[in-house]
Amino acid sequence: MTPTPASPPPTEDTTNLPAEGGFIGSGQEGGLGDQVRAYFQRVRHGDMGALPAIGGLVVLVILFSVLSQTMLGQQFFLTERNFANLLTQAASLVMLAMALVFVILLGEIDLSAGVTAGVALSAFVVLTKPDGVNMNWVLALLIAILVGVAIGTFNGFFVSRVGIPSFVVTLGLFIGLQGVTLIVLGDGGVFRIQIPEFLAIQNANLPIWAGWTMLGVILLVSFGMSMWDRRLRTRAGVPNRTIALVWAKLAVIALAGGFVVAVLSSNRSSSVKVIEGVPIVVPIVLVILWIGTFVLDRTKFGRYIYAIGGNAEAARRSGVKVITIRWIAFIVCSVLAVVAGVFSASKVGSINAGFGTDTVLSGVAAAVVGGVSLFGGRGRLMHAAIGALVIAVIANGLGLLNLPAGVNYIVTGGVLVLAATVDAVSRVRAGGSLIRT
Amino acid sequence: MADTPLIELTDVVKSFGPVNVLKGVNLKAFAGKVTALVGDNGAGKSTLIKGLAGVQPYDGGTVRFEGEEVHLHSPRDASSLGIEVVYQDLALCDNLDIVQNMFLGREETVGGVFDEGQMEREASETLRSLSVRTVKSVRQKVSSLSGGQRQTVAIARSVLKKAKLVILDEPTAALGVAQTEQVLNLVRRLADQGVAVIIISHNLQDVFKVADYISVLYLGTMVASIPKDQTTSDDVVGYITGSKTYDGVNV
Ligand SMILES: Nc1ncnc2c1ncn2[C@@H]1O[C@H](COP(=O)(O)OP(=O)(O)OP(=O)(O)O)[C@@H](O)[C@H]1O
Ligand SMILES: [Mg+2]
Repeated sequence: MTPTPASPPPTEDTTNLPAEGGFIGSGQEGGLGDQVRAYFQRVRHGDMGALPAIGGLVVLVILFSVLSQTMLGQQFFLTERNFANLLTQAASLVMLAMALVFVILLGEIDLSAGVTAGVALSAFVVLTKPDGVNMNWVLALLIAILVGVAIGTFNGFFVSRVGIPSFVVTLGLFIGLQGVTLIVLGDGGVFRIQIPEFLAIQNANLPIWAGWTMLGVILLVSFGMSMWDRRLRTRAGVPNRTIALVWAKLAVIALAGGFVVAVLSSNRSSSVKVIEGVPIVVPIVLVILWIGTFVLDRTKFGRYIYAIGGNAEAARRSGVKVITIRWIAFIVCSVLAVVAGVFSASKVGSINAGFGTDTVLSGVAAAVVGGVSLFGGRGRLMHAAIGALVIAVIANGLGLLNLPAGVNYIVTGGVLVLAATVDAVSRVRAGGSLIRT
Repeated sequence: MADTPLIELTDVVKSFGPVNVLKGVNLKAFAGKVTALVGDNGAGKSTLIKGLAGVQPYDGGTVRFEGEEVHLHSPRDASSLGIEVVYQDLALCDNLDIVQNMFLGREETVGGVFDEGQMEREASETLRSLSVRTVKSVRQKVSSLSGGQRQTVAIARSVLKKAKLVILDEPTAALGVAQTEQVLNLVRRLADQGVAVIIISHNLQDVFKVADYISVLYLGTMVASIPKDQTTSDDVVGYITGSKTYDGVNV
């Protein structure tokens, strides 16, 4: 070996000159056609997002409407009434799946999310019992949320500070908190909730005009955010995607949303009492979905959740406060899990000592079906919501067909494995790796 | 030396339990110069730079930065001084894109919300200033990049942070001939921008190609610190393996 390099010394290399033509793109260039092509390219490379879940949803809807027609001789599935029913049935699972996304993105799990809601809601019923404490329901709800904060703080402490695997910590809480609920409620059967405002969340509807206003607000916000993004990009002097994409997105929201609001605005009652309008729970879920997505996509907290899920050590070395972020994510998860519990209690109008013990794994399944990776770092709230809709449609559809409850479990399990397989296969085919993507 | 070194380590020690990994190490690095840190496996090179990064603080010794004594207890201490490390096991998040990785931990915001346009522009400009041509889009996920491209992103990250000292731990270890060449050019350009560079490498050919100074670590002791043109590859091999002792004056 000689100290004299074989090639000319790097200092004299011509690549030192400014790179003309060395253009680095941003994937935003080109017209509609380029963008569409780029999208399909991403899909081919295994970046399918919620696409399989959306496909599954469509297939299930067609399947159940055909089955309802052929097996029962009448359409029970594809009706205005069932559609509204489906949304309120799904609301709690959608919320729970969204809650879990915050910890799943970290590569963690919260098995106690369901029973957290159980403890919080039992506190709520005890505090609001008319012949007991008889507390104002808003205050009691606030306390229920604080119970969520406390449990999330506990989980977060042991996971991020002490360093115990979240599976173990939250499994411990899953068992322990069932005991807490049991003690708080006693095993005295079913506790009814008789607060009209609380029950309204899942059992009352917006006036027709409010449903349309809601759609208008969604369109306005979506348009405003797109324009804001474009303004910032223009100011920075980087290319914007073609504006046609903004119009296309707004058109899709307007058409799909308009269809949904229109269906929900027609009278779906089978008796003389008129039932119409968007269920109140829908805008609540949408607002939380919007805020959560905003935080995950556009703030440091959200970005760091993805970064930790992708490579925690890299995040730490970049100065990310990994412990704090993990901790807060567990708190967010618990709080949103309590909200999921509120939806479910409002729907049923009561809770019992077993409240929340059987929901968490469905929540995890929903997230996975929607395309959220259990390895962390990949997935969006919207994916979890769509996954939850898939699972809710299965339960709803099979229920209408009067099939035994066992079938529901088998089908749901099958769909979960199928979804995971589609995801894995698409990744392998794209030349990626099965793990850690 | 006429210049004061940008960073100067004196008598740095570090042990893991009973194992003394660094036994009083001295090291200097100068602005605009590339200092190669060589030594056999387990000599303590990575441990030495983890101390500089604040990831694994030293047990003792002094660190002077621009002449002032400093204490490096956390990655934040190091990065606030302008010390950036590109690790052997590239610390990048595969699930994030190039821009997101380059800005990780120091995102540009407007009222607490990301200014993606600004970040994208700065990332592109930085890559362009380093004459990076192999990257197609700054919005590519890092998982889709080759080893050399990942190395490029990691180095560009430190440039973006306006680092005064960039430390590279075996940046060419896993790279092919062409990509090694590219990364070495990048290292040279980094130094030409006035940055002090410390590069760890086992490949002496690379070392002689890119370095201004060569520092040899042998079993936790700095046995030689020499300007490149005052030594030969054979001598350096001797210092690394301990079969030769350097009796000249250290830089
Ligand atoms: N966290 C640790 N705990 C215990 N021993 C350690 C630790 N980190 C490093 N060591 C030991 O310190 C010594 C020096 O390790 P170091 O990684 O610094 O070597 P290196 O010079 O970078 O080697 P290589 O060329 O293989 O990268 C080794 O013997 C290693 O086993
Ligand atoms: Mg090493």
